[in-house]
Amino acid sequence: MGLDFSVIPKYLDVILLGALWTIAITVAAALLSFIGGILFAVIALYAPRAIRLPFRAFEWLFMGTPLLLQLFLIYFGLVQIGIDLPAFVAGVIGLGLHFAVYNSELIQTAIVAVDRGQMEAARTLGLSRGEALRKVVVPQAVRDVIPPIGNNMIALLKDSALVSVIGVGELTLSAQLAIGRTYRPFEFYVLAAVFYYVINLGMEAVLRRVERRVQASR
Amino acid sequence: MTDQKPFVDIRHAQKSYGTLEVLKDISLQVQRGQIVAIIGPSGSGKSTLLRAINDLDPLTGGEVWLEDTQVNKKLPHRQYEKHINQVRQDIGMVFQHFNLFPHLTVRDNIKLAPKLLKGLSDAEADKLAEEQLEKVGMLERIDYYPSRLSGGQKQRVAIARALAMKPKVMLFDEATSALDPELVEEVNLVMKKLAEEHMTMIIVTHEMGFAESVCDRVLFMDQGVVVEEGPPEVIFRNPSNERTRNFLRKHLATANK
Ligand SMILES: Nc1ncnc2c1ncn2[C@@H]1O[C@H](COP(=O)(O)OP(=O)(O)O)[C@@H](O)[C@H]1O
Ligand SMILES: [Mg+2]
Repeated sequence: MGLDFSVIPKYLDVILLGALWTIAITVAAALLSFIGGILFAVIALYAPRAIRLPFRAFEWLFMGTPLLLQLFLIYFGLVQIGIDLPAFVAGVIGLGLHFAVYNSELIQTAIVAVDRGQMEAARTLGLSRGEALRKVVVPQAVRDVIPPIGNNMIALLKDSALVSVIGVGELTLSAQLAIGRTYRPFEFYVLAAVFYYVINLGMEAVLRRVERRVQASR
Repeated sequence: MTDQKPFVDIRHAQKSYGTLEVLKDISLQVQRGQIVAIIGPSGSGKSTLLRAINDLDPLTGGEVWLEDTQVNKKLPHRQYEKHINQVRQDIGMVFQHFNLFPHLTVRDNIKLAPKLLKGLSDAEADKLAEEQLEKVGMLERIDYYPSRLSGGQKQRVAIARALAMKPKVMLFDEATSALDPELVEEVNLVMKKLAEEHMTMIIVTHEMGFAESVCDRVLFMDQGVVVEEGPPEVIFRNPSNERTRNFLRKHLATANK
């Protein structure tokens, strides 16, 4: 049985829909991981001990265990304590928090590296510590790590395939669906790969634009 | 003038880092509109004294007063934070390394604090930024990022940023020490202009010529004490203390090299 790509057009709309879901979940999870990353970094560095210590445990959970397990835990596990999330939401939260923890590590390092004089200048003007962090230190730190955060976002796109296991109809699951009907795994996995590649290119273009804008202030 | 109540009043300032005593019972009174220079060898405690005035480096003993307010008064932590943030709005400070906010344009560097802390509208803050930049001759660079400015330009913007808070007193910590020699004059001119407007200023400097030309009074510090103080013509031309004479002689020798 040779290859036959002529089966593709019939399932193209299924695959396209899957690609749209992949984009949706990636964008939503990327936003969560970005905002969460900033928040987690500030908590890790500045929150009182009573908050910092439980937070460490939470961080360990997301860095030290497989993403797949985290998705199962959020989607299937939380139901038992009465939190019944739609698969898409569970996927966004799982992916988002997982990468938020990685972004947080980057941002923490960058915050610590911001010149001490920045905080001093802000405090001298009368800003509180919180205001100085929010307006002066954190924005600079985030600016400094845009490129590695961008790499995390690309990794997030690729790992979004994992949410297929909790039934989010994204690209990989759509491909599997088409394969189930046609028994043509090679053709549809290659097609899915092409779609991932195109989405990847799109993301890289967006990231380059962001980096260029940030570059203006250097 | 001298019978007036001091505007800035430092009483028995003492500061230790562990066992190292950096300020040893220093008192300094500055009248409104007065300009005081602090000179002395590196490590003598000049920055520490200056930074005690706005409590950036808190004293371990003694008091700092600005008009009728004690800057470093004892308060519970939260109240103290509120108090000090308020007081700092009245004390402008200019650093050796400018400390402009690199992620913000010149305009936004200046607008940030007035908008956030004084509730100025965006339009009001814009107007304020333009006024202050005009004053330091930097208006045409208002939409530049700091990275595209020379050191002298950066420092002039930093002065404008401090002035935008309408401070009662300005502190300068070696404002021209990090500048290439040819950029020093433009910053000095701005400071002279402030002097003509009777801004109260405390200036830590290595530039004896500048100090002599703008200051009403000069303090010579060494090893955490004020060794000698007086009008510039006395301190620079006819100092009575041996340590002052030595410092000035060495300083002139290196400055003329
Ligand atoms: N954070 C600090 N910890 C320990 N020692 C310090 C600290 N800051 C300053 N010092 C010491 O205090 C002394 C005075 O420093 P400083 O006020 O910066 O002097 P100056 O500005 O006259 O050069 C120096 O001996 C310096 O090493
Ligand atoms: Mg110093």
